[in-house]
Amino acid sequence: MSDTFKLNIDGKDIEVPRHYTLMQACEEAGAEIPRFCYHERLSVAGNCRMCLVEWEGAPKPIASCAQTVGDMRPNRDGSAPNIRTKGDYVDKARNGVMEFLLINHPLDCPICDQGGECDLQDQAMAYGRAGSRYEENKRAVEDKNMGPLVKTIMTRCIQCTRCVRFAAEVAGVEEIGMISRGENAEITTYLEKSLTSELSGNVIDLCPVGALTSKPYAFNARPWELRKTSSIDVMDAMGASIRVDAKGDGVMRILPETNEEINEEWLSDKSRFVWDGLARQRLDKPYIRENGRLRAANWGEAFAAVKEALSVSADKIGVVAGDLIEVEQAKAALDLFRALGVNSTDCRPAGAKYGTDGVRERYILNGTLAGVEEADMLLLIGTNPRVEAAVWNARIRKTWLWADLKVGRIGEAADLTYDHEWLGQGADALTNIRDTDFGKALASAERPMIVIGEGALCGEDGEAVLASALKLANEVGAIKDDWAGFGILHTAAGRVGALDVGFVPADGGADTAAILSGGMETVVLLGADEVDLSGLGDSKVIYVGSHGDAGAARADIILPSAAYTEMAATYVNTEGRVQMTSRAVQPKGEAREGWAIFRALSDVMGKTLPYDTADALRGVLCGADGENTVFSGLGFAPGVRGIEALKQPMTSASTTLTSVSFGAVVDDFYMTNPIARASKTMAECSALASALDTPVAAE
Amino acid sequence: MALRRFDLEAGGDTFAFKPETEEKIAFWRGKYPAEKQRSAVIPLLWLAQKDNDGWLSEPAMREVADRLEMPYIRVYEVATFYTMFRLQPVGKYHIQLCGTTPCQLRGAESLKDVCKKEIGNPMYVTDDGRLSWEEVECLGACVNAPMVQINDDYYEDLTEDSFQKIIGKLKNGVEAQAGPQVDRINSAPEGGTATLTDPALFDGSRNEVSRLPSLVEDKEADAPDASSSGKPEESAPTNTKREVPEKSNTGKTTLISNKEKEELAGERPETVEVAAEEQDDLKRIKGIGPKNEGALNELGIFTFKQIAAWTPENVDWVEDYMSFPGRIEREDWIGQAKTLAEGGETEFSKRVDAGDVPSSQDDED
Repeated sequence: MSDTFKLNIDGKDIEVPRHYTLMQACEEAGAEIPRFCYHERLSVAGNCRMCLVEWEGAPKPIASCAQTVGDMRPNRDGSAPNIRTKGDYVDKARNGVMEFLLINHPLDCPICDQGGECDLQDQAMAYGRAGSRYEENKRAVEDKNMGPLVKTIMTRCIQCTRCVRFAAEVAGVEEIGMISRGENAEITTYLEKSLTSELSGNVIDLCPVGALTSKPYAFNARPWELRKTSSIDVMDAMGASIRVDAKGDGVMRILPETNEEINEEWLSDKSRFVWDGLARQRLDKPYIRENGRLRAANWGEAFAAVKEALSVSADKIGVVAGDLIEVEQAKAALDLFRALGVNSTDCRPAGAKYGTDGVRERYILNGTLAGVEEADMLLLIGTNPRVEAAVWNARIRKTWLWADLKVGRIGEAADLTYDHEWLGQGADALTNIRDTDFGKALASAERPMIVIGEGALCGEDGEAVLASALKLANEVGAIKDDWAGFGILHTAAGRVGALDVGFVPADGGADTAAILSGGMETVVLLGADEVDLSGLGDSKVIYVGSHGDAGAARADIILPSAAYTEMAATYVNTEGRVQMTSRAVQPKGEAREGWAIFRALSDVMGKTLPYDTADALRGVLCGADGENTVFSGLGFAPGVRGIEALKQPMTSASTTLTSVSFGAVVDDFYMTNPIARASKTMAECSALASALDTPVAAE
Repeated sequence: MALRRFDLEAGGDTFAFKPETEEKIAFWRGKYPAEKQRSAVIPLLWLAQKDNDGWLSEPAMREVADRLEMPYIRVYEVATFYTMFRLQPVGKYHIQLCGTTPCQLRGAESLKDVCKKEIGNPMYVTDDGRLSWEEVECLGACVNAPMVQINDDYYEDLTEDSFQKIIGKLKNGVEAQAGPQVDRINSAPEGGTATLTDPALFDGSRNEVSRLPSLVEDKEADAPDASSSGKPEESAPTNTKREVPEKSNTGKTTLISNKEKEELAGERPETVEVAAEEQDDLKRIKGIGPKNEGALNELGIFTFKQIAAWTPENVDWVEDYMSFPGRIEREDWIGQAKTLAEGGETEFSKRVDAGDVPSSQDDED
C-alpha cells in the first residue's frame, strides 16, 4: 500500500499522506474548513460538527476532522474520491450546525470579552443564518470557579471540550471535565476547585467562544483598541515568543505567539498574567537615601551620589547582576566597571558554578528545547522543569506521551505530570547512576539527553557535578557528532546573555556570595533581588532596576530602569538563542534603558563608553565585520555546533562530589522575580498554591 | 432531569466500603488488566452506592477514584453522567417510577400522583427516612406496565390502589411481595393461558407428521402412534426412578439418525439391567451432566463399573454416538469412573456431593 492517498478536493487533484485527516487534506488543497472542537495540538473529538464536507457518494456530510484519509475508499471506477468543501450542500450542512450551536448560546457579544476575536462570532458571520428561528427559552448554566486566572461564563460554552483535552493531554493535570449529559452537560473543575496547572491560562486561548476568558483582563479593553507588539518573554529562561497588547502606556495583556522551536503555541501562567506587575511598585525616578529615608532626586543628583559611592578602591566595589538583566545593560555595566578596575562582578546571584571557564557550551542547553522530542532518554539533574520552564515541561510530557520518552530525575521528588524514575536526591545518585537500570538504559539509548538545573550547581561541589555530568554524557553517548544531549536548563532570562558578555568575576574578583558578605564598601545591584542582603553590613548599595523590591528597599541610591516590555533589548535563552524584545510601551516616568544609564554614568565617571546608541552597542557585541560572535545572528540555537567543546573533559574541577541533596531552584512558581512579586494576580495564585501545599483540616 | 449535584452536607467527610464488599471489588477489578483498572469504575461506583444506603456521596466517589488511581474529575464525569448513580440521599426504600410511554399510557401518571401524595416531590426523603421516589426512563418491563422499581425489585402491573398498598406496607416497615400485582406469572397472560392450548399443536398431529425426527426414544420405540402425546415413553419398569426428560429434542446428542447410529465405528458397550437402587449417580463424573447421564442410561449404562470397563472401541462408539469425539478421553471418564467405582472420590465428585456444581443438578452447559 502506498503511503499517500489521492483525493480530488473542489476539483483539484491532490496527494496527501494516508495518516492525514480529511481536514488536513482540504487545507493542503487550499480550502478553508471551519471548526470549533478540532485543534491540531489536541486529540480529535469530532463533536462540534462544524467541519462537515461533502464526499460524493456518501449518504451524509463527513466530519472532516475525524475522517482519516487512508480509511476512505475510491470511487467505483477507481478514481480518487471527490470532496467538496463549498457549494449548497456543504453550506446547508454548516448552516444547520451553526443554528444548533447558537440555539443555547446567549448571543451576548456586546458584553463579552471574546467579542472581536471570537471563533463563534466570526463563523456565525461566515456560515450562519442572518437571524434566529428559535423562540423557546435558552438554557442557562451556572458559572464555575476556576481560580484567579480563568473567568467563566458557562452559558456561552458550546461543549467543544478543547479545555478538557488540553488539561488532560498537554498540561497533564486532569482537572477540567464535562459533567452530566445531554442538555445538562457542563464544563467544570472538580467541585469548582481552582486550576493548579502552570499552563492553565492557555485554555483561554483555546476556548473558541467567550466561556473561558481572562479574569485579570476582564472588561479592560477590546481587541481592536490594542497595540500589538511581538516580543520575547523573560519570566523564565525559555524566551517564549509573546505578543504584548498595550493600550495607552499600559500593558493590557500578554498572549503567546507560535514559535515551534520554543513554546509551540503555549505560554505559562506567569508569563501570561504578570503584566499587572508592570504597573505596580515601579521605580519611576531616581532616589537617594538621606537620613535613613529615600527621597526622590533627579538624575544629576543621583549620578553625583553614585560617583561618590564609586570613588572607593576598586576592589571594594562589587557588582551583582540579577535574573532579568538584558545583554545591553550587562555589556555597558561590565565595560564601565572593568574600566574602573572592578573585578568583582557576577551575574549568578544563586551562586551556580558555571560560566567561569568561558566555554559557552558548558552553560547552555545544547540539546535545545525542541530537541527533547528526538530524545529517547532524558535525565534531569537538580531541575524541576514543571516550575522552571513550564512550557518545556509540556513538551517533555508530549514526547513521553506520544514517543515513549523515558525520564529519570535526580533531585527533590516532585510531580512532573509524567511518569519518571526518581534516582536520588543528590550528587551521590549521579555517581551511582551507572549501576542503576536507568543508567544502563541511558548507556544503550540512541539519543540520551542530560539536563542539569541550577539546583545541582549551586552547592560547593557545583563544578564537580557539572564535570561529572559532562563525563557521564560523553560516556553514554549523549554527545555525538549529530547529537548534543547535554546542557543546562536556566531559570533566569538574563543569565546566558550576561555570561555571554563575560559578567563573571575577573582575576581575583569576588563572586556573589563574597560580594554580599559585607566586605565591600559599595555594592551595585543590577535588578538583583533574589539574593540575601542581610550580610551587607554598612556597605553602600546602588540599585539599578525597574521595581521596588528587596534590593530597592536596602538601596542607598536607586537608578530606575526600563522593564522588558519597555525597551528593545537582547536576551539569550537557555539554548543560547539570541532574541530581541520590542518596546510595547514607554518606560515609566524618568526610567531609562539600562545600557543608557551606564553610558551616562560613564561620562560622569570620566570613562566614556565607546557607543552612543543601542545599535552601536549591539554593533560592538556583534564584533567587527566578518567576525562571528554569539550575537551575530538572531533567533537560532547553536545546538550541535559546539559539539567539539563538549567532547573535552572539564579540567578545572577542583572539588569532589559531596552527598548534599540538590535543592529546589524555584520555591514559588508565581514569585520568582520583582515583576511577578509586584503582580496582584501572581500573589493570588501564589496564595492559592501555598494553601494547597499545606494540608488544611477542614475545607 | 434536574441538575445533578453532590449533596456535600449529607455526604460527610468519610466513606468506607463494607468489609464484605471487598470480595466483590476484587472480583470486578480482577476482570481488567492492571493498567486498565479504571474500567472497573462503574461497578465500583455501584458497589459504593450500595454500601452508602443507596446513594453516592462525594467521599464515596473519591474512595472509588483513589482505589482506581483516577483523577477525581474523571470519576465525577461518570457519576454525573449515569442517572443510576444518585448524588443525593434516598430513603430506605427508593422508588424508581417508570414514566416512559408504555407505562405512561397504562397509568404511570396516576402512580406519580400517588408518590407525590404519599411521599412528596421527587428525591424528597420522608421524615422517617423510609421512602423517596424519582421518575426514571424505561426499565424494560413494558409488558407489565405500569411498573416501579423499589430498591432491587420490580413491582409490576400496578394500579393506584395496589401501589398505594405497597407504599403503605413499606411505610410501616412491612416487606411487600415483588413482581406482578395481578393474577399472572411474570409476563404470562392474566388468569392463566388463554391461547395455544390445543395439545394437537404440540404433538405434530396437526401437521400430519407421523413421526418426530429426532426424539431420543425413536431408536427404541419405532414409529410412535400419531396419537401419542409426543412425550417420551416410560422405559423399562426397573428404571422407574429415572427422570423423564422434559425436552423432547435434546440437541446434539441425538442429531444422528437411527440408521446412522447402527453404522457407528467401534463397538457398542455391553448393556446390563441394573436395579434402580444400584444405579450410580453418573453426574459425579466430570463431563457428565443430566443430559449425558440420560443418554448413557438409554444405552443401558448405569454404573461407574460399566464405564470403568469400557474398551477403546467402546469409547469410540460412545463418542460417535454422542457426537463428541475425544471428549471421554480428554475428561478421563474411565479414570474417574474407576476411582468412583472403588468407592473413592474425585475433586469434582466432592464438589457435586457438596452441591457446588449446579450443572450436575439440573441442566448441563
